Amino acid sequence: MHAPTLTPTPEAAAPANAPLPFELVCPAGSLPALKAAVDNGASCVYLGLRDATNARNFAGLNFDEAAIASGIAYAHARGCKVFMALNTYPQAANPAPWRAAVDKAVDLGVDAVILADPGLMQYAAQHHPRLRLHLSVQGSATSADAINFYREQFGIVRAVLPRVLAMEQVRRVIDRTPVEIEVFGFGSLCVMVEGRCALSSYVTGESPNTHGVCSPPKSVRWQETPKGLESRLNGVLIDRYAPGENAGYPTLCKGRFDVAEDKNYYAIEEPTSLNTLELLPELMKIGVRAVKIEGRQRSPAYAAQVTKVWREAIDNCLADPLRYSPKTAWMASLDEVAEGQQHTLGAYHRPWK
Amino acid sequence: MKLSLGALQYYWPRQTIFDFYQAIAASPVDIIYLGETVCSRRHELRLSDWIDIADLMRDSGKEAVLSTQVLLESGIEVSAMHKVTGNPDYLIEANDMGAVQRLSAAQRPFVGGLHLNIYNQPALTWLASLGATRWVAPLEMKHQDLSALIQDGPKDLQTEVFAYGRMPLAFSARCFTARQRNLPKDDCQFACMDHPDGLMLKTRESEDFLVLNGIQTQSARVHNLIDELPRMQSMGVAVARISPQAQHTHEILALFDAVRRGTLAPHDARTQLQPLVPDQSCNGYWHGQPGLDLVETQTLATA
Repeated sequence: MHAPTLTPTPEAAAPANAPLPFELVCPAGSLPALKAAVDNGASCVYLGLRDATNARNFAGLNFDEAAIASGIAYAHARGCKVFMALNTYPQAANPAPWRAAVDKAVDLGVDAVILADPGLMQYAAQHHPRLRLHLSVQGSATSADAINFYREQFGIVRAVLPRVLAMEQVRRVIDRTPVEIEVFGFGSLCVMVEGRCALSSYVTGESPNTHGVCSPPKSVRWQETPKGLESRLNGVLIDRYAPGENAGYPTLCKGRFDVAEDKNYYAIEEPTSLNTLELLPELMKIGVRAVKIEGRQRSPAYAAQVTKVWREAIDNCLADPLRYSPKTAWMASLDEVAEGQQHTLGAYHRPWK
Repeated sequence: MKLSLGALQYYWPRQTIFDFYQAIAASPVDIIYLGETVCSRRHELRLSDWIDIADLMRDSGKEAVLSTQVLLESGIEVSAMHKVTGNPDYLIEANDMGAVQRLSAAQRPFVGGLHLNIYNQPALTWLASLGATRWVAPLEMKHQDLSALIQDGPKDLQTEVFAYGRMPLAFSARCFTARQRNLPKDDCQFACMDHPDGLMLKTRESEDFLVLNGIQTQSARVHNLIDELPRMQSMGVAVARISPQAQHTHEILALFDAVRRGTLAPHDARTQLQPLVPDQSCNGYWHGQPGLDLVETQTLATA
């Protein structure tokens, strides 16, 4: 048996009328990124192993055991929690690596695991009853019925909502569940319901659910042609850039296509990042417990810059929510690292649709 | 092996839908999934209308199943799911875990839908323990994995495979059909009605790529496993699912029926099916390849 890893959560010791904590959950694609997030005020960092057990399975990213151990030591010494994402679906032929990863997370002393697969949750709940389970966004749970079900079945204590609900819909879920709700605050925008998108495997054979990747780099080809620079995924033309135009990564839902008489446009989504900085007071008011920053595939500089802005914003908002508004400098700083240097409120904001 | 007709993915006029199912009542299909699974703004038919169609199917000797919506966002959508799962007369196909929760709490048997993301043995065993009597394998699953799951899985659990149709690859909060017309989702003017087989999205090389169907994104190519039916039968697949399309659904069902009965060779069936398919065929997922691939296979002798 593995030693229990859980330390009492801060709220357990707090007086009954104290406000609930509001956590800033930051991406750590590497040890330097983890340190950058911790140093700049993350409440928690999330990381993954260097394999298909997590949804950011890109070459050169993620952690081996030694790096996790040292990351946990670094974070814990500074009062920051560490979550491990094991949020792909164990494949039928060999679910063993996912189970081993849960055991490893416990041995290493992570504060929570982020899971999507019910079979894996059942394993974790049975073998490590004190391990904190978070339902991954890949679990596609958008209603209190679904979230409460995972709680009843496996004892999850937190759920990450897919980026598809409007603010009122988030509030409705929070009102109907005792499970902590974490929402996405900043980063690349998945326009499809996470966990229910097979576009990537349709084109490349690999998807977030099965291999932890979307539009995997090994399927990407760049080609200079007389018509311009072309990006292709497994041969399918995703975009073509005019001379001087900034070329983005060919995530297939952010390519330019033709639909009926509309030619060459972003038919699914523009390259843009989600940024909910202006919604912070509302998110806190309705009882959101944590805000997640996307970007384990990004650099340590990204982790530092985004964490710093969000920490300052959250502290500002906690101190005086009524007078809070996002500073121009914060927005500018976040736009610098946003996809296409632009941002959106995504589904939180009704007219987005 | 039984044949099923999956829930209608598109938005057709009311009378077209009634006429379609009237014809289906006389077809060789065994199981019919009914109801609106894509978008709650589509309400040419209410739940009571779908139940009328279910009654018609039952009277025609078929098994009718009511399907729940895949993506639930608003309170109204959650309430609609509660109404469907609360129906005592028909088996329910649960298309999200909220629906599974309602059905297992009520101790009702159910079908675990295509979008529940059941990829492995422990998850499958868990689903069966909650009351699933049938499950639909994920699109992405290759036949070797499925075969292993069937062999080692719960004995009383039937397996269903999406065997024909444009694949529902993704769901979004955003309505892409409305967006193409520059309309907000809440005032979409029911644009889907103009596209009985969805709205084609092409690459800039004019290659058919994806199909926009409201908040759902489908494959442009048509998943087609007609020549794999014998293999499915030998693997122990209980049900092969055909997804409705605007034209030729009846003839497509007849061809699948002939193959499962062994009265038509799979290869001949594929040839006869080809003119009825609205785009290129594909079967990559079944063979562990990208979904859009077409893998030529040696068909097994009819089981």
